[in-house]
Amino acid sequence: MTRIALTVNGSRVEENVEPRQLLVYFLRDRLGLKGTNVGCDTSSCGACTVLLDGESVKSCTVFAVQADGCEVTTVEGLAEGDELHPVQQAFHEQHALQCGYCTPGFVMATVSLLKEHPDPSEEEIRAGLEGNLCRCTGYHNIVRAVQAAARAGA
Amino acid sequence: MSILGNRVLRKEDPRFLRGEGRYVENLPLEGALAVTFVRSLLAHARIDGVDATAAATLPNVQVFTGADVDAGPFGPPPFPGLNPGMGRPLVATDVVRFVGDIVAIVVSEDRATGVDAAELVSVDYDPLPAVVSPQDAAKDEVLLYPEVGTNVACRSGSPEHDEKLFDGCDVVVSGTLVSPRMAPCPLEPRSAAAEVGPDGRVTAWLSTQTPHQDRMVLAGTLGLDPAQVRVVAPDVGGGFGAKMLNPEEVLLVWLARRLGRPVRWTETRSESMVALPHGRAQRLDYTIGGTRDGKVLAYRLDVLQDSGAYPVLGAFLPNLTALMASGVYAIPRIEFEGRSVVTNTTPISAFRGAGRPEASQTIERALDAFAAELELDPVEVRRRNFIPADAFPHTTVTHAAYDSGDYEGALDLVLRSAGYEELRDEQRRRREQGEATQLGIGISCYVEITNGIAETEFGEVEITPDGGAIVRTGSFSHGQGHETTFAMIAAEQLGLPIEKVTVHKGDTDEIAKGTGTYGSKSTQIGGMAARLAADEVVEHAKELVGDYLEASPADIVLDPALGRLHVAGDPSQAISWADLAVRASADDRLAELKASHEFKAVPTFPFGAHVAVVEVDTETGRVELRRLVAVDDAGTLINPLVAEGQVHGGIATGVAQALYEHVVYDDDGNPMTSTFVGYAFPSAADLPSWETVEMETPTPVNALGAKGIGESGTIGATPAVHNAVVDALAPFGVRHVDMPANGENVWRALEEART
Repeated sequence: MTRIALTVNGSRVEENVEPRQLLVYFLRDRLGLKGTNVGCDTSSCGACTVLLDGESVKSCTVFAVQADGCEVTTVEGLAEGDELHPVQQAFHEQHALQCGYCTPGFVMATVSLLKEHPDPSEEEIRAGLEGNLCRCTGYHNIVRAVQAAARAGA
Repeated sequence: MSILGNRVLRKEDPRFLRGEGRYVENLPLEGALAVTFVRSLLAHARIDGVDATAAATLPNVQVFTGADVDAGPFGPPPFPGLNPGMGRPLVATDVVRFVGDIVAIVVSEDRATGVDAAELVSVDYDPLPAVVSPQDAAKDEVLLYPEVGTNVACRSGSPEHDEKLFDGCDVVVSGTLVSPRMAPCPLEPRSAAAEVGPDGRVTAWLSTQTPHQDRMVLAGTLGLDPAQVRVVAPDVGGGFGAKMLNPEEVLLVWLARRLGRPVRWTETRSESMVALPHGRAQRLDYTIGGTRDGKVLAYRLDVLQDSGAYPVLGAFLPNLTALMASGVYAIPRIEFEGRSVVTNTTPISAFRGAGRPEASQTIERALDAFAAELELDPVEVRRRNFIPADAFPHTTVTHAAYDSGDYEGALDLVLRSAGYEELRDEQRRRREQGEATQLGIGISCYVEITNGIAETEFGEVEITPDGGAIVRTGSFSHGQGHETTFAMIAAEQLGLPIEKVTVHKGDTDEIAKGTGTYGSKSTQIGGMAARLAADEVVEHAKELVGDYLEASPADIVLDPALGRLHVAGDPSQAISWADLAVRASADDRLAELKASHEFKAVPTFPFGAHVAVVEVDTETGRVELRRLVAVDDAGTLINPLVAEGQVHGGIATGVAQALYEHVVYDDDGNPMTSTFVGYAFPSAADLPSWETVEMETPTPVNALGAKGIGESGTIGATPAVHNAVVDALAPFGVRHVDMPANGENVWRALEEART
């Protein structure tokens, strides 16, 4: 067991973890943050995307011990009370989700994408979200949502 | 003003956006043991022994083999014509028949220990020759079930040939199309949990599309009284036809009862790619014949369906392919023969379209091949063969009773929207200049069948103490947005704001009956059942209000705009739903404001037309989809926002089959595409935006005028894109490209044409 200390959604966390424990299972099983989903085992689908020190990472590809000393933001850390984050709001208004399983990952990847490219072209959006898979939407409305969030200054 | 037909934002969105989705894996289940399946690594082998000694030395690990499981077999389902001798043991005992077959079960305190233990289970296999291709299976040389004596699991249509079928035809064209095997890939892998309660009843939480049917199959397979089984389907992260009951879920319930402890299992993606049933996998040989001026007179279709190792729904699907063989065309003579064979591969079940895409893919390729032979524009050949708009209802020679349609209208609309003539001009220019990147334009006109087996669905509406309403539906939503669409339907009938209507689904204890969701049938039967239940609640409300206003119920009317009931012509004394609920509660009469209804209807036939525009690099074979313009007519739309979303996703799946996805096995039956790295699931970067065009031709079959919309996009898109790729290569003499029409297959087709 290794002791790690990190900040998750603004709260300080200190836990003992097995060295082989992945960050996503640490978040889900130890901290009870079930919003981050697991959709594959090859770092392909991006359902588990979270922010690590502000940048998007696939939390199935990061060991919990690697997050020691870092700041982690999950989908649960985005909304301010009743008010959805502008990216969440844009996904809602553009019908950019259906079954919802890939949604937290797409939302987190979008937050990160818009931080790097506040006004992305459609091509940049599609390339920027290449690491996230969705089976329901055909991506059309996800692209619209990212554009809307960009316009809203997310 | 009616709420129906408006782009209402989804009520279910906020919980998903906030990361509060209630997927099975997220449910707290104190003290649940982790279940891990040990799966066969060989496609076909005798099991000489399973040694779990080493695994059982890990702390608190138990291992079960086929000899321990006193239940099953699983399937085959009771479809007409399916060979009953091909059932699947819940855990293989003597023989494994595909990579992924279950050979043992590990139960542990936590998932990681379970995975460690599963690796320590040693299985002694004696390899048997594997039969992988359905053509080989049809030879009956290697048998998967020697005791049955054949690999044929199901036959459909007729083996008889009419030698005069193509009499009178000036031109006869034949070809073969393989509809590639696809992995459904719902983003949420399957997940299940089970627990026996203090009363001895067992509850199964399943990631499924069909909770009520699962309850019956669970009870049947395990020899239980259905009353002793409760199935709960909470939020489900996509299904696409694949998430119906399988041996894994049955084993979870068996384990919970055997161990007296709650158990849970969530499959890994790599496990899902081999163990969750696949779709499509048909080989279709066609012959089409007609006159020199482009009138089709006869069509023959022979289907060889790969059913995988254990026949389930997939083996039955050629029946749907046969039913829809004629497409949107008036073809006077059609012959069909279907054979479904078992192979040493993952079982084939339903996947978005399920038997109908194959019919469209083939008739639309055949029409293009026929047009090419006649050197006619494929648009013109289609026009000469459409079932005309004034011919409905129309029954095809394959006995499909089309309800309503305007096939030429859909084609006109899509051609106009796409700018067809301009596209052909640009294509001509590129051809004349001999550009390396050629333009391909593909057309598809389709009709499909929804609510295909004329099912019945259950709906219940109940007024709550605060004057809102609960809708309970036997239908299910795993992304389709029923919580919004069904709420709109009930809100419309009751005159309530949609915010006051809540939709419940998925719990067999709460909802008396149900069939679940598949085959694009939810709104037309489940939505109708909810609507009729709401109407009945209004009638009950009139009786109550009649009592309170001392008037005859026959004189009471509902003001749907204000959600109030009053005596006709006298709105001064009106009672709102909220007031009525309070008063009825006080009088202990609230229960009267509840009604249930079952609605049964015949199938409906959505239709449409798609235009695909591709660029093909004729030097490398690289294909890029530039545009996909789609007219999808599903009758009256309840919520166009949600319907459009269904079309978008459907198109992506159709394009994926045409250009990218294909489950591949090697000659020994080893899966070569069993991860998301190896399987070509397209991302946003691989696809363009879709150009969807609205068209609504109501069905007379139900009062909503609604047909199904879940699978149309898929059915329309694949042949349009496939035709576009072949069209781009026409100047090179290419008449056929295998799907997926990826760089490799296009390059091969070009090379073949050049030599």
